Amino acid sequence: MLAFFLSGPVQTALLLSGAASLLCGALGIFTVLRGQAFAGHALADVSSAGGAGSLLFGLSPLLGFLLFGIAGVGMLELLQRRSAAARDEAAGILLGAGLGVTALLLHFCITGHGAAGAAQAVMFGAMFAAPPGIALCACLLAAGSLVALACIARPLLLASLDQELARVVHVPVRGLGGVFLGLLALGVTLAAITVGAILATALLIGPAAAALRLARGTAAAILLSMALGLAACWGGVALAYASYGWTPGHTWPVSFFIVALLLAFYVGAGLVRRA
Amino acid sequence: MSYLVEIWMAASLVALAAGAAGAFVVIRRAGFAAHALPMAAFPGAAAAALFGFPLWVGLGGFALGGAGLLALMQRRARRDSATALLLSVLLAVGALCLSLSGHYAGSVYGLLFGQVFALGGQDLPVLCVIGLCVPAMLWLGLRPLSLSALSPELMRVQGGRPDVMEFLFLALLALAAGFAVPVTGALLVFSLMLGPGAAAALLCARPGGAMALAMLFAVALAWAALALAYVSNWPVGFFTGVGAAGLYLLARLKPV
Repeated sequence: MLAFFLSGPVQTALLLSGAASLLCGALGIFTVLRGQAFAGHALADVSSAGGAGSLLFGLSPLLGFLLFGIAGVGMLELLQRRSAAARDEAAGILLGAGLGVTALLLHFCITGHGAAGAAQAVMFGAMFAAPPGIALCACLLAAGSLVALACIARPLLLASLDQELARVVHVPVRGLGGVFLGLLALGVTLAAITVGAILATALLIGPAAAALRLARGTAAAILLSMALGLAACWGGVALAYASYGWTPGHTWPVSFFIVALLLAFYVGAGLVRRA
Repeated sequence: MSYLVEIWMAASLVALAAGAAGAFVVIRRAGFAAHALPMAAFPGAAAAALFGFPLWVGLGGFALGGAGLLALMQRRARRDSATALLLSVLLAVGALCLSLSGHYAGSVYGLLFGQVFALGGQDLPVLCVIGLCVPAMLWLGLRPLSLSALSPELMRVQGGRPDVMEFLFLALLALAAGFAVPVTGALLVFSLMLGPGAAAALLCARPGGAMALAMLFAVALAWAALALAYVSNWPVGFFTGVGAAGLYLLARLKPV
């Protein structure tokens, strides 16, 4: 038990996944209410190109994911400006282009550097292999984003639930939407480093969907969502650590445990609500 | 038959099915579902490798299972949250299967981004059935599929079942996508669907015309991606993804 907490990679994984799950838990509630799950997923997929690029050029993964996540927000805003009706299409097209670039960069990683595990690390996460310095950056980033989110939470909630009313009381609906997308990019970036680019959606939507099934008010839902996300991440890390001896020679991916726990929370929340 | 001709035929058949499905993805605004369902092929192929049953059985079984699960979950919860959850669960199960079978590191790239040059002549009969049947069935279902997307109420009044149409559509989508996975990979099948579909919808307002145009675009995109990949030795997925985005942006240039 003590060995678990004293191990360096485990400490990094706990800090990293804790920061990602707290931020994503809070952002997730707004994402679900605004119906932007696909946009969040698209941003995570685009950021994977940055993850692959940072592997290829030996940069910090945080920098690579973040750069492409922010660039993704800019392009998403640009593509969606013309027609709000084609929101899904724009997100989908952007996602496809981003993944295409990821495919190319990973191809270079695998053929040029002989890094056969590159695709696995970028797409499904490499929490235990993350450099220790990243954890502190991630915590600071998450804390800053949470403070920013808390500052815009009330007008953002109004804009998410009733756009017309928000306009009437002079809430800058478009500007808030842009700021929210920026925060979303930070959140999915942290999630992408933790559970992998294509599973980041799980950390964003899973806790929020479960919390919205249980909680009555928005504040309660946000707190519950953050708690569920944190429980799934730390539980997943503990299970992955424990699974080391289950099947000798084959490890169980930590991302699998986290997603499985999130699904269990979601299904469990549905059962509790019905009872 | 030479090896390259076989690959070229396989890619064309896959593109026919993907283009036809893509036109309806745009009409029914099912972009996220169209991105999530191909993911079913990832655990499908991984489970086939782990338990040793034929690849096509794994792909088809998981595709239909995924479509059923999605149709069921969408009834209970918000549509996009349900889709996001299903997508994550499918990918996580696939990662576990690959990890337990010991092919994790090597197989992830091929399954997600495609390994078209690993296809062979023995795959052609199955692809032929999919490539011809999916467009044919979508063409036959053109009217009810469009109606149930545009006005479910009207369809219910006429005695139709929009929820049954939704499942049928998702099942066809999953089949078209699942069998395209060896060509473009689970992640980029979506580009082959959405890019041509969205571009065709911008250029042609009638559903039938848009469907034909989308199939044409998809085949052209697949051919171009394949040729460029052959010449440059870069992955097909890169040209598919970026080419689909280019196609869509070109179509948007058309003055409204």
